[in-house]
Amino acid sequence: MENNVILEVKHLTKYFDTPKGKLHAVDDVSFSINRGETLGIVGESGCGKSTTGRTILKLIEPTSGQIIFNGTDITKYSERQMRKLRTDMQIIFQDPFSSLDPRQNIMQLISEPIREHHICKSKEEVQKRTLELMDIVGLARRFVNSYPHELDGGRRQRIGIARALSVNPKLIVCDEPVSALDVSIQAQILNLLKQLQRDIGLTYIFITHDLSVVRYFSDDIAVMYLGQMVEKSPSDKLFEKPMHPYTRALLSAIPLPIVGKEKPVRQLIRGEVTSPVNLPDRCRFLPRCSECLENCPNAKTPELIEVEPKHFVACHIYDC
Amino acid sequence: MKLFNKKKTDGTEMIGRSLGQETWRRLKKNKGAMMGIAFIILLLIGTALASIFYDYDKDIIGMTRDRFMAPNWQHPFGTDNMGRDIFARVIYGAKYSLFISFGSTLLGLIVGLALGAVAGYYGGLVDNIIMRLTDIFYSIPYIMIAVVVVSILGTSMSSLLFAMALGTFCNFARIGRASVMTVRDMEFVEAGRAIGLPTWKIILKHILPNCLSAIIVQTTLKVGSNIISASSLSFLGVGITPPTPEWGAMLSDGRSYIRSSGWMCLFPGLAIMFTVLALNLLGDGLRDAMDPKLKR
Amino acid sequence: MENVLEVKDLVVRYDTDDGIVRAINGISFSIGRERTLGLVGETGAGKTTTALSILNLVPDPPGVISSGSIILDGKEILEMGEKELEHMRGNDVAMIFQDPMTALNPVITVGEQIAESVMLHEKLTKEKAMERAKEMLELVGISGSRAYDYPHQLSGGMKQRVVIAIALACHPSLLIADEPTTALDVTIQAQVLALIKELIDNNHMSMLMITHDLGVVAEVCDDVAVMYAGRIVEIGTADEVFNHTLHPYTEGLFDSLPNLRQRGEELIPIKGLMPDPMHLPEGCSFSPRCPYATEECHRALPELKLVNGTHYVACGRYADPSFRIRRNPDGK
Repeated sequence: MENNVILEVKHLTKYFDTPKGKLHAVDDVSFSINRGETLGIVGESGCGKSTTGRTILKLIEPTSGQIIFNGTDITKYSERQMRKLRTDMQIIFQDPFSSLDPRQNIMQLISEPIREHHICKSKEEVQKRTLELMDIVGLARRFVNSYPHELDGGRRQRIGIARALSVNPKLIVCDEPVSALDVSIQAQILNLLKQLQRDIGLTYIFITHDLSVVRYFSDDIAVMYLGQMVEKSPSDKLFEKPMHPYTRALLSAIPLPIVGKEKPVRQLIRGEVTSPVNLPDRCRFLPRCSECLENCPNAKTPELIEVEPKHFVACHIYDC
Repeated sequence: MKLFNKKKTDGTEMIGRSLGQETWRRLKKNKGAMMGIAFIILLLIGTALASIFYDYDKDIIGMTRDRFMAPNWQHPFGTDNMGRDIFARVIYGAKYSLFISFGSTLLGLIVGLALGAVAGYYGGLVDNIIMRLTDIFYSIPYIMIAVVVVSILGTSMSSLLFAMALGTFCNFARIGRASVMTVRDMEFVEAGRAIGLPTWKIILKHILPNCLSAIIVQTTLKVGSNIISASSLSFLGVGITPPTPEWGAMLSDGRSYIRSSGWMCLFPGLAIMFTVLALNLLGDGLRDAMDPKLKR
Repeated sequence: MENVLEVKDLVVRYDTDDGIVRAINGISFSIGRERTLGLVGETGAGKTTTALSILNLVPDPPGVISSGSIILDGKEILEMGEKELEHMRGNDVAMIFQDPMTALNPVITVGEQIAESVMLHEKLTKEKAMERAKEMLELVGISGSRAYDYPHQLSGGMKQRVVIAIALACHPSLLIADEPTTALDVTIQAQVLALIKELIDNNHMSMLMITHDLGVVAEVCDDVAVMYAGRIVEIGTADEVFNHTLHPYTEGLFDSLPNLRQRGEELIPIKGLMPDPMHLPEGCSFSPRCPYATEECHRALPELKLVNGTHYVACGRYADPSFRIRRNPDGK
């Protein structure tokens, strides 16, 4: 069981120093992922989900905590040591417009990681592999000399996926890979990612704000609010029986494409996300919570506890 | 995987066209820029041919016969106080003016860009040291720098080149820094780090090429203004000295005869004016052609 | 029934250096009094151009409204002079844009911006206008004391509320909302949608809601028009379009959505891509991507035909009375 874990994150914390004070981007987040599974990280803008993803890849240095990849602690790895690990851990970015260098054509873009890590021996092999990758992600070969600005969002995102795949990674962090795309294209890309997981056995960390996408995609789901994980559970359980008031509000806020019949009643949450700077030690959802207990304002930050098997919640309602 | 239609859905075959090729396509539509390019090319060809086929000392100085001739069919720009043909001197001298301005701009570009790129990418203390240094150079008029350099190193082409590069590099350091800073925060730079590229490769392969448009435009305009600077320095006697037919030096020669033989000043002056105009037209055209906002 | 807005056979194109972009190719629709029409489609379908045409704000050049008519409260917009247009914008029609960050002037307080819009259309003193601005802020759920804040001091959701307040300041009869919640988080989106709906109902206004999100449409719209490549392919009441879908493209949109209720199976995306509006395919624009297309579909352009009630569809396959799509096997 233990050796099936590909990534373990313990008490990961990232603070940014701002002129106004300490910005709590990620605050004491722990989780682990099994090989070949998908962890969805859900939350609204500013909840620290992207920072979490980038800190795991050490694109951002963590303030404290531990990142254990494949049994090795990589928290203290230098940039140079990380460079070798990049073949195992990859990222797909949200914005297919700004994440590709506009001055390089598709051949150059996709083959760059292959060349950098000397995965293929000869030039011919690099070319062959690039074309292969284009086939895998469903990019017609006639685009091989095109530039990103000539292509639409869906095709660009395919380039990003091909780049990530080119080094044969084991873990891919998908940072909102479909939120910049149209619905019909979004479905194409989601199917592609899912098929790749089946074929190659990839492990995903799927970061998104869109709960419907994450349910379709993930085995486990972690819900984040203001830098903290407030609920974590297997996907189906979370949707059947959401426990944290924030998760419940989030679920109920999604507009469903249903007219007339069996439409559930909305429960709106009041207010907006508070600023993540200089937070006091208490429940961070408190100002917006409609179910908070009498002593919640005086209590400390709730800890993540296992309320039901594999279902973790950080809320005073379930403490006792 | 059958996600795409075999048939072309958009009716056209996609052809790869790089940003460089698109820029050229748009630039071709700009009449001013094309006239500028044509003028510069003509001048370059003219001065190259003149240097190959004529020896300055024998063919041009040796023509001394008729002094102070007004422009006529034989001497379209007239002759000067020593009977030299001004047209020949202007064409022949173009290479000095162009060489000094291009050379000093290039030198300033390389040094300034390297400093600016490093300052912009790393930020912090490095940025502070480099930028304050360039601020100091910025605050001294370039003529002062030139006079000091030339008085230490003596008047020669290389000291003039060096002096003007000193006055140029701070411009490029600023532009380099600003454009690196805007590009640095773009996601594809982070994408470069995510695939494991070392920093120098990221700067060289991803950041600098994307700063290129701003830099090319500035270079073109700077070459133009450096022609003026070189000429003014020569005019003041700090630059290239007679009898080398540098345009500024020719202007300086003609100054004493400006009432009687105005053409001695007029034609080198016009040469400077048109060359700078051509370069500025080209620079403006390039800026428009490279502006992504004009796309589509 | 009397209509607030009637658009007939509108054609808009953009003449660019690279060719002619056919943005809108003959669309007709109307919005009844106190009704909300949802205009659904993906990027490049011509939704925003439609909205800009109604305000006669299509950027010219390169945009050209080449034919059609847009009648607002009985008046033809395309024949109005600049003075009339200015009076119409804001007084009769107001627009909410997608990005609240760029819709507000960063160096003027939000109160003044609302007051400015009030004063443009009503003769009021500055003090009175500022009072009104505060009332408007309260109305959209922001404390009146924040009238002296600058836009950067407000969050994204609050900025969008301010934009709504500006749009409603002069009680227009028609509100055009162009993806008003796309830039917002889900919980804030829910709040803003509820606010818009409430204000529309209370002020007896009509609305044109432009969106790509079928969930948002289901939430606020009475009628729905589905756009594809500059044409309306299906139009009807929300119930007709959602529960008795007729057009294969509409079906494709529904199939592409991951189902929140059920996890697992493969999504059914629409194959291929939106056609390039510079080179629209012959016949039905959707035919190259349509799973039901026949030879005839690639040749003839289908017209929008009434099926039943108020439900229109533009699909050539319905010439065969037995034709059904998967989502709606009864065909009703």
